[in-house]
Amino acid sequence: MGTPLTKQAVADLYFLEHRAKVLDLAAFLDRFDRASEPGADDFRVQALTAALGLVLDGQPERARRVLELWSDHSTQPIERAPMKGALGAMPLDARERR
Amino acid sequence: MYIDPHVHMVSRTTDDYQRMALAGCVAITEPAFWAGYDRSTAQGFHDYFRMLTDFEPRRAAQFGIRHHTWLCINPKESEDVGLAREVLSIIPTFLECKTVLGIGEIGLNKNSRNEMTVLEEHIALALKHNLLILVHTPHLEDKLKGTHLIMDALRNQGADPGRVLIDHVEEHTVRAVLDRGFWAGMTLYPDTKCTPQRAADIFEMHGTDRLWINSAGDWGVSDPLAVPKCQDELRRRGHLLETIRKVSYDNPRTFLSQSGRFSAPDRA
Ligand SMILES: [Zn+2]
Repeated sequence: MGTPLTKQAVADLYFLEHRAKVLDLAAFLDRFDRASEPGADDFRVQALTAALGLVLDGQPERARRVLELWSDHSTQPIERAPMKGALGAMPLDARERR
Repeated sequence: MYIDPHVHMVSRTTDDYQRMALAGCVAITEPAFWAGYDRSTAQGFHDYFRMLTDFEPRRAAQFGIRHHTWLCINPKESEDVGLAREVLSIIPTFLECKTVLGIGEIGLNKNSRNEMTVLEEHIALALKHNLLILVHTPHLEDKLKGTHLIMDALRNQGADPGRVLIDHVEEHTVRAVLDRGFWAGMTLYPDTKCTPQRAADIFEMHGTDRLWINSAGDWGVSDPLAVPKCQDELRRRGHLLETIRKVSYDNPRTFLSQSGRFSAPDRA
């Protein structure tokens, strides 16, 4: 069905909201850096920053590709559920193992 | 006017029913799900199914909302296959109830072997009784893998994709679900799954056939008014009223009517 809006209209409708989201993300990464344990990392934050490469690559379907980056790409059921919840991203080494 | 085809009203207040009615909700369907803790006995599920088939329809009716339900043991409780089988054995006694549309929300959570076993037994039960199926796909990083495992299981057991709705699709799963002939649902959540804006984007990219929206309102962070908010998002972008009606009323009514038990008032 396509998008009825012009580029100008999309920017008018959504710019301020997404400007705020970029600032939130920048402040989150600053906060992470300021936190104690200098040098320590977190696989979820690594996954987030890795996704920024896709956000900025100028290619279509960024949202789909970001979700795929964060997804488990194995294909067989696991032996036992280790927990009920999900974490939002796969550890980078797990992504490399697949 | 709208239908919310996936909302867990047992976790919501009567005020929510009132607000949903004011926002134009005329009918809902409520899948069985996880209570936030594991129920310890099949009797606990029996009582839950009574709530879904007796108490909730009466509470909804006070606000002019038609309530329907789906029964199952949720994939989050599928590691205990013994208990799951006990629960499966009591479901047929509730199928007499005229507001039970089918089996759901079944599916996978962490994509484990036991979850697969319980999923396959639910699919078999649905096919035996010729019931519609509502599928829950896993959260976050587990969704892509789980969605494909579930679609393969449905195909292997001979389920008609036109009688199965695969819920909680996002940008990375919607195309495969629609291409394989299934119906697809987008869940509108503030933080996980789709926002109303991304759901509107997905309609623009993938069309409006066999695709619906729901709030999946429950006891977690969720919004029982998410469907009218997505209607509003589509309106704000200039989409036609008939498009908005199709995704929020006609599509759910078409799919759910295959049960022979769904009713939604056709009012202004
Ligand atoms: Zn649900």
